[in-house]
Amino acid sequence: MSKVEFNKETGPREVFCGLTSIVWLHRRMPDAFFLVVGSRTCAHLIQSAAGVMIFAEPRFGTAILEEKDLAGLADAHEELDRVVNDLISRRPEIKTLFLVGSCPSEVIKLDLATVAEKLNKRFLGQVRFVNYSGSGIETTFTQGEDGALKALIPLMESSNEEKLLLVGTLANNVEDRFKKIFKNLGISNIESFPPRQSTELPKIGKNTKVLLTQPYLSDTVRDLKHRGCEIISAPFPLGIEGSTEWFLAAAKAFKINELKVHEIISPLINRAKLALESHKEILKGKRLFLLPESQLEISLARFLHNECEMDLIEVGTPYLNKDLMKEEINLLPDNTKIVEGQHVEKQLDRVRESNPDLVVCGMGLANPLEAEGISTKWSIEMVFSPIHGIDQAADLAGLFSKPLRRNQILTTKTLVTH
Amino acid sequence: MELTLWTYEGPPHVGAMRIASSMKDIHYVLHAPQGDTYADLLFTMIERRGQRPPVTYTTFQARDLGGDTAELVKKNIKEAVERFKPKTLLVGESCTAELIQDQPGALAKGMGFDMPIVNLELPAYSKKENWGASETFYQLTRTLLKEKVSSSEKINPLRWKELGRRPKVNILGPSLLGFRCRDDVIEIQRILSEQGIDTNVVAPLGASPDDIERLIDAEINICLYPEIAEASCEWLKRNFGMEYTNTIPIGIKNTIEFINEAHNKLDLPLTNKEELENKSKLPWYSKSVDSNYLTGKRVFIFGDGTHAIAATKIAKEELGFEVVGLGTYSREMARQVRATAKDLNLEALITNNYLEVEDAMKKAAPELVLGTQMERHSAKRLGIPCSVISTPMHVQDVPARYSPQMGWEGANVIFDNWVHPLMMGLEEHLIDMFKHDFEFVDGHQSHLGHTAKQTKDFLNSDEKKEKISKEGIIWTESGRAELTKVPFFVRGKVKTNTEKYAILRGIPEISDETLYDAKAYFS
Repeated sequence: MSKVEFNKETGPREVFCGLTSIVWLHRRMPDAFFLVVGSRTCAHLIQSAAGVMIFAEPRFGTAILEEKDLAGLADAHEELDRVVNDLISRRPEIKTLFLVGSCPSEVIKLDLATVAEKLNKRFLGQVRFVNYSGSGIETTFTQGEDGALKALIPLMESSNEEKLLLVGTLANNVEDRFKKIFKNLGISNIESFPPRQSTELPKIGKNTKVLLTQPYLSDTVRDLKHRGCEIISAPFPLGIEGSTEWFLAAAKAFKINELKVHEIISPLINRAKLALESHKEILKGKRLFLLPESQLEISLARFLHNECEMDLIEVGTPYLNKDLMKEEINLLPDNTKIVEGQHVEKQLDRVRESNPDLVVCGMGLANPLEAEGISTKWSIEMVFSPIHGIDQAADLAGLFSKPLRRNQILTTKTLVTH
Repeated sequence: MELTLWTYEGPPHVGAMRIASSMKDIHYVLHAPQGDTYADLLFTMIERRGQRPPVTYTTFQARDLGGDTAELVKKNIKEAVERFKPKTLLVGESCTAELIQDQPGALAKGMGFDMPIVNLELPAYSKKENWGASETFYQLTRTLLKEKVSSSEKINPLRWKELGRRPKVNILGPSLLGFRCRDDVIEIQRILSEQGIDTNVVAPLGASPDDIERLIDAEINICLYPEIAEASCEWLKRNFGMEYTNTIPIGIKNTIEFINEAHNKLDLPLTNKEELENKSKLPWYSKSVDSNYLTGKRVFIFGDGTHAIAATKIAKEELGFEVVGLGTYSREMARQVRATAKDLNLEALITNNYLEVEDAMKKAAPELVLGTQMERHSAKRLGIPCSVISTPMHVQDVPARYSPQMGWEGANVIFDNWVHPLMMGLEEHLIDMFKHDFEFVDGHQSHLGHTAKQTKDFLNSDEKKEKISKEGIIWTESGRAELTKVPFFVRGKVKTNTEKYAILRGIPEISDETLYDAKAYFS
């Protein structure tokens, strides 16, 4: 392991809670509905994070707890029953209904598991109910996806068929690219989790080889291991380096010759390197500060340093699973400062003191930093954009070079005034 | 428990944040878990603010719940006070903290600070954003002025005469995330100044705690947004005898009425009465011949109480529209909205459910919708033009240009914003004249969206000469041919109306004659 510097910080945080992941999960599985059992704050949070994505009837909603629900628990269970009945009669196309716990439902100890169990019996063969918590007292941002996937594992049937299972939400086009490349490598049985339809869950077992596409799935990985799956240890497929190592690790698990991997992906690598050049020109030598949010920070830091030659000031992450991130940390340059957790005020002090060229941060902090003259990139964009894989390396770099390029355009006089 | 897919208002602590963020030298310590910081983006993204809201979130976690969350609150309060040195501290809790009952306000008061501390108790499971903003502004005003209550005599609104200066007023209610507040304040100050009235304090927008303490230097209050300021205005009236204005200066008639009200309360003679009629272009634009086509346009109105009521008056009395639906999501304003609706023989829709609003909109079949950003979406789906008149805020509601809703310029802005989505008179006239030209037959889209498309598909699919509509009515060849002659932008409506007529009369087949019968019936 390279000599990176690990720090922990506690204090006030500026990070989304796990409910936010509903924003991309509901798009991944269009036959599922996410029903948050929570407060008006939860409802407001999701619609604010989802921004302009207002649909006629979205596939997520909130059963808002009211004063009378807090008075007695039995009452709350009945109320939830009623809400679910309404919802299902209104939306008969729903195949899986996620009951999502929130801060208030956790604090009043509303037992969503029991509710889900009862509902499963009643709606047998029509709708499946699963529950998980996206509460801010237990989860940050992307951990919500971890919770949702973990909740689906018990529904996955067993099979000893050999297969490659890609775990973590991917953009559909990226997923298709990956599958094509794996097929070229000679791995034909490939499935994704989460699937594109909530009812098409892959079967798993001891010959399932799990390759993670996202770094925030600690609980899911643990439960997949319990089901006998083999977890392929690899960095994450961000950038050329990460993706190459990722493909190599998968090939190794399937006993595919390394040379074959290189043969298939080297044209992609060459093409990607060429595309990366113009971004590297802008990013090279620029100083980067990553605030914690998506748990993608370590992989992004690795990519932006190793492939785009940026200097890393500080790499924040809301939560660090050293085991899962082992391969990534190994690729980081020596003396990288990793900070797990957050004290947002102290961290912003360090941002200002270090005078970075670019800060990756949440939407609440971006404009205030811009107003102080510091260029920023929203971390939420990483979870909405197709950034995985060799083909997307230049697009990923583009997300970071664009704010710098824009800043340059706006501060340089290029036209002579006539 | 209430199933909510989308909500017009946030929780009450977001209302408190609106007050804190609008002001200077204030800090708000909010006992809240991780995630509640999302509310910052409402200010930094939607309002495009270059400063973070002055809010510290205690960020308690599940593991803290077994331990001492009260200590965590105190630690955060101490750090926030040391770092931000506020002149007044607001302390409160979000929905989850309310359940664990740490009483952060009481804790703060026991910490020995010199500054005033406002303990905010905002019941998250029964109240909403605007109520939270109103309550926060009220508690803040009360905390900062309560010591002056007994020592002050009641304020005589005529005292400016003895003091030998122009009368002074406070403008109360404008806040961040309020609809066009930034520009309304400028417009109203300008109008008051022209009328010989000075502004003492604008609050909460841009005010400091010191300014709140100075509120009683003014003679009367202007209650600009009752959703936010009425409770404070009432308290100031009860305790200091300060009168406040009730008229909301949106639209020409209400702006004039507002000026009259202020003059009356201050006993300041109104010398420019005639001039007021010509301050805005709206009256003339509305009178000009092109606007003839606005007569009787059916409008559906939904928004917060203040803007929905104001829009109704303008629509009916200043633009000559017919109001066919009225509603609000502000339960606090339900009584007033119901009364306004009753005057129009309508039943007001009071709901927080946007799907109910969409249903009502569909039933009312308006030609224009005045609503929130959500009604803009719904109207778009229904192919009806829409103009946004109310919060909840969207980044488009914070335009770069000066764009008030109130006063003279506000009336100009409203005329343009409401009328431009509609087909204007000359345009409508020309299209009517040339409707049989080949250009108009098909393939030309109006800016009204894609309503014509379904009807177009209906006409173009000629596997059969006769065609059965969704309602099971047969369109004969002559009926279909006649329908193609109707200009595309009203074709959908003509088709629906004709079918409605056919069903009503039990006519199984629609011929060209049926179209004319229906036209006569509905005209």
